Amino acid sequence: MRPLDLLWLVPALPIAGAALNGLICLFWPKAPKATATLIGVGFPGVSMLVALAAIWQYLHGTNPAPFEQTLWSWTAGTFSIPIAFLLDPLSVVMLFIVTFVGFWIHVYSAGYMSHEPGYRRYFAYLNLFMGAMLLLILANNFLVMFVGWEGVGLCSYLLIGFYFDQSFPPQAGRKAFIVNRIGDFAFLVGMFALAAKYGTLTYSKIFPVVVGAPEALKEHYALGLTFAGFVALCFFIGAMGKSAQIPLYVWLPDAMAGPTPVSALIHAATMVTAGVYMVVRSNAIYQLAPEIGTFVAVIGAFTAILAASIGLVQNDIKKVLAYSTVSQLGYMFLAAGLGAYTAAVFHLGTHAFFKALLFLGSGSVIHSMGGEQDMRKMGGLRKYMPITFWTFALGTAAIAGVPGLAGFFSKDEILHNTAATGHWGLFAIGLFTAGLTAFYMVRAVAMTFFGKFRGTHDQEHHLHESPWVMTVPLLVLAAGAVGSGWVGIPELLGGGNTFHHFLSPVIADFSNRLPEHAAEQAEMAASTEWLLLIASVLAGLIGIGYAFKLYGRGEFGGAVWAKRFPAVYRLLDHKYWVDEIYDRLIIRPLGAFSRFLWKGFDDTIVDGSVRALAWATELTAEGGRLSTTGNVRSYALYFFLGVLGLFWWILR
Amino acid sequence: MSLPSSVPVSWFLVLAALLFAIGIAGALTRRNGIGIFLSIELMLNAVNVALVGYSRLLGERTGQIMVLFVMAVAAAEAAVGLGLFIAVYRQRRTIDVNRLNLMRW
Repeated sequence: MRPLDLLWLVPALPIAGAALNGLICLFWPKAPKATATLIGVGFPGVSMLVALAAIWQYLHGTNPAPFEQTLWSWTAGTFSIPIAFLLDPLSVVMLFIVTFVGFWIHVYSAGYMSHEPGYRRYFAYLNLFMGAMLLLILANNFLVMFVGWEGVGLCSYLLIGFYFDQSFPPQAGRKAFIVNRIGDFAFLVGMFALAAKYGTLTYSKIFPVVVGAPEALKEHYALGLTFAGFVALCFFIGAMGKSAQIPLYVWLPDAMAGPTPVSALIHAATMVTAGVYMVVRSNAIYQLAPEIGTFVAVIGAFTAILAASIGLVQNDIKKVLAYSTVSQLGYMFLAAGLGAYTAAVFHLGTHAFFKALLFLGSGSVIHSMGGEQDMRKMGGLRKYMPITFWTFALGTAAIAGVPGLAGFFSKDEILHNTAATGHWGLFAIGLFTAGLTAFYMVRAVAMTFFGKFRGTHDQEHHLHESPWVMTVPLLVLAAGAVGSGWVGIPELLGGGNTFHHFLSPVIADFSNRLPEHAAEQAEMAASTEWLLLIASVLAGLIGIGYAFKLYGRGEFGGAVWAKRFPAVYRLLDHKYWVDEIYDRLIIRPLGAFSRFLWKGFDDTIVDGSVRALAWATELTAEGGRLSTTGNVRSYALYFFLGVLGLFWWILR
Repeated sequence: MSLPSSVPVSWFLVLAALLFAIGIAGALTRRNGIGIFLSIELMLNAVNVALVGYSRLLGERTGQIMVLFVMAVAAAEAAVGLGLFIAVYRQRRTIDVNRLNLMRW
């Protein structure tokens, strides 16, 4: 049996693991803890092995055509949804990232969560997440993708609110779920439009038609947009929710209330990149809607700089990483919006490695600190946890764009594409954000690992390097943070940009149909390219150097700036008051409107009419019962009058 | 003994109506239970008179048979009714129906 034929097992195994752990939770509560680990880590592990075998076979097959495996079809009239899996270059990349990074985070979780109650529940949720995510990326049509999309949203909600006995995590979970729901609604509308026009949602049936007749998508459709523009906008609003872009990014920082490995897996490496994946998957439509593409890029760039600037002043180590994630996702959308789809996926891949690494590293720190997340109370941890320090530092170097590491290649690819398409304003934002990124990450490293320990004596006594189940995943991901960029070394640096060529079959080619598309990507002089490259490296190095200067000796040098520009500091410290603005503009009016419907409509009109009926009935009965006097003679009189009436009625 | 055939049926009916009206008036105005009872007997017998009158007019026996039924029922009713009133009297020391208004709201 070929490994490719077992592709369905890849999502099925983690789902089975989740079901098994869930059933044991219900029916065998005293089961030994080792079974939870065995199932929870084993099933995704086997799933990863199957995935790797399938990828290997796909890459070495003689037939480069995408592989599709249909399990069954769900048909209603003429509309049919195949429950089918697709392996093409894009899903190969995603499959590798999700199974590989996911598996190592599962291993790490076995150590990180070992003292927590709800250990088995945690693994059931985490496995369910893996299954849904794999469904999302392996689907061969939008509807099955949407099933996975909703599944990961559900698991995100469950895992953010994992500590349901505290007050904040369930709130954060609800916030994530509701904000995502706004995006999901737009995604659904986009799917409806596609289904109405093409009668199918299968990629391999829609995209060839789109490429074959692009003019049909350029006709006016709705909201003053072309059909392509409308669908692209709807899909992007969906991506805004899932991938935390302005204005729907507010849930991601709060999502840090969940356990740290969850932040690493769901809110950094995999789920939040689903929006990028979806945009790249629908690139044929986005290419026909350049105005929406520009919109995506602008939103991405502004998200990148906004989140990075907030990250500058955060003191919670996970919050820094959360805003960093939002910022890096902004980079991906900047690339995707400008048509650099491969660059977006490239950054998605490298980011998955180094951001998962950074989150797991911060988890290791938090674990050692006994749950403390405030970097002001850390410091000097370098001595106590060398493996965590070195891997965290590598991850920081990777995200800061130190030449040779993963983030350098992917971020440079994005900046290069921004400049190459002539968007110099966005390029400047991207470049400045790169500097900010380097600054806040090095600041986090310095505050955590350098200087003297600032926590309590008890905490200092407790400091320890994490056990091997946690350090081995750190080392593996550190290797990824170093090496995962090497698949996409640009031609300028003597590489072949292998990654770009590998993904190019997925990118729809309109050059025959629409000649203006081909001319867009202008060639740049090698000297200009070198200049851009040096500029982006310099931005990173300046950020790193300045952060070291301010924080390197364990002092909070940034306080100088906070004192010099108190207004700016307050603005950043309060995250631009975005949560407060949403609260005033949306949540409170919505609450007031809901209260009006409750008190003003439901209570008075709906309940009121029922109560009025009851009141009228009671009143009638009250009046009626007065006739029951108990006086026999008056009854006889009524009887007589009744008989008289009857006679009159009969004889009249 | 038989009535002369010249007695018209309207006489019977007028008598029956008068008896019935007296009965009604008595039943509605008497406060004494026994009095009400007697008035009801009067109404029953008014009906009997009407039945007999029609029976004679139509030359049918059915009416007379009905009269026998009514008499039997009236006798049974009298027995039960008087028994009830005796029981009530033992409890309440009165059979004034105005004071027997226990079953009111």
